[in-house]
Amino acid sequence: MSEAFTTAARASLLSCHTCHLLSHARRLPAGCHAVCSRCGTTLHFRKPNSLVRTWALTLTAFILYIPANLLPIMSVISYGEGEPDTIMSGVTHLIEAQMYPIAFLVFFASVTVPMAKLIAITYLLISVQKKSRWRPKDRTVMYRVTEVIGRWSMLDIFMIALLAALVKLGAIATIEPGLGAVCFAGVVVITMFAAMSFDPRLIWDAMEEKP
Amino acid sequence: MHMVSTHSLIACHDCDLLFRKHLLRYGERALCSRCGAVLYHKKPDTLDRTLIHSLTNLILFVLANVFPFMSFQLQGREQVTLLTSGGMELYQQGFWELAFLVIAVGVLFPLLKILGTLYVLMPLKFNRRVWKAKETFRFVEALTPWAMMEVFMLGVIVGYVKLIDLATIVLGVSLFSFTALIVLMAITAAALDPEEVWERLERAQ
Repeated sequence: MSEAFTTAARASLLSCHTCHLLSHARRLPAGCHAVCSRCGTTLHFRKPNSLVRTWALTLTAFILYIPANLLPIMSVISYGEGEPDTIMSGVTHLIEAQMYPIAFLVFFASVTVPMAKLIAITYLLISVQKKSRWRPKDRTVMYRVTEVIGRWSMLDIFMIALLAALVKLGAIATIEPGLGAVCFAGVVVITMFAAMSFDPRLIWDAMEEKP
Repeated sequence: MHMVSTHSLIACHDCDLLFRKHLLRYGERALCSRCGAVLYHKKPDTLDRTLIHSLTNLILFVLANVFPFMSFQLQGREQVTLLTSGGMELYQQGFWELAFLVIAVGVLFPLLKILGTLYVLMPLKFNRRVWKAKETFRFVEALTPWAMMEVFMLGVIVGYVKLIDLATIVLGVSLFSFTALIVLMAITAAALDPEEVWERLERAQ
């Protein structure tokens, strides 16, 4: 398929984000925006303010990431005494109980994925701003993985919800969520929005420009 | 706003490279030659398959919400929970943001996805475009990354493993329906070709 080695933007075509239909770009009066004739989505050459939005969301997530790891995500309250657990102490307990596969799973979903995601998005943002021409295909794959994997970090939140509903034995044992869980859920949701607001086509725009 | 459309071309969604569309055989997909993204598919009987799966999904969803999900037995006391109990408990403990999140991504969004798909595709089968069909289908497409039943399930498995040595855990009908629903939702997603739905929506009255 080497017949058309040009980009849609160069050919003055707008690609619909929802239904993929291409529309010819026209000069519009001020205050108007183009919409897809097939599905009604607002059309842009690139996602609007992609870099600024993604930076803002990523930095917010970085800040929230600190309390998410320092504050307890839940406490087991037994006979009036609470035992708060942070994300890392939860993983440590699982290792102590020799539940290695589950410990690895929780560590991967709650520690590796959010951290890797924040680093990946930051790297992509910097590489686009520096107009890097280095391995664009690999950077695009990196973006795709980042976008797909983020949702799995919600695992801990669902686990807390289940434990809180099941373990309601009054004085013997109850489970209370902690503020860390709220911050952590914030990190997951905000990084998902950050990945969505990043436009991978910006990686390739640098390749179009003559060095 | 009127725009001249170009149906015979497609731009890669990840790198913006322009391609002429070719007719594919069933089961084939076209990839971008520059970045490897999937450009478009051709899926057999996409409308029929998606519809029949979605109807089954709806039945499984009802079963998953009506029957008990899990129960916890310790020292003669039993705590029976439903699929939504986790979210409700978070709400009662004052964590309304977490409660909303858990209910939304675990229960509400999957339901909206099933209902929205049925609402748009059922009349489309007879070439009818219902009220706000395009808006609904756009919404359903946007919901996709936010419907996280499979992650919910993984959280349940981790919680289950943590409790299994401490108490007796009884798995309910809801848990099995929910598992089947997750598998079938994935099959439904694989059967759906959104591009064909958009083309049909454009042609339908």
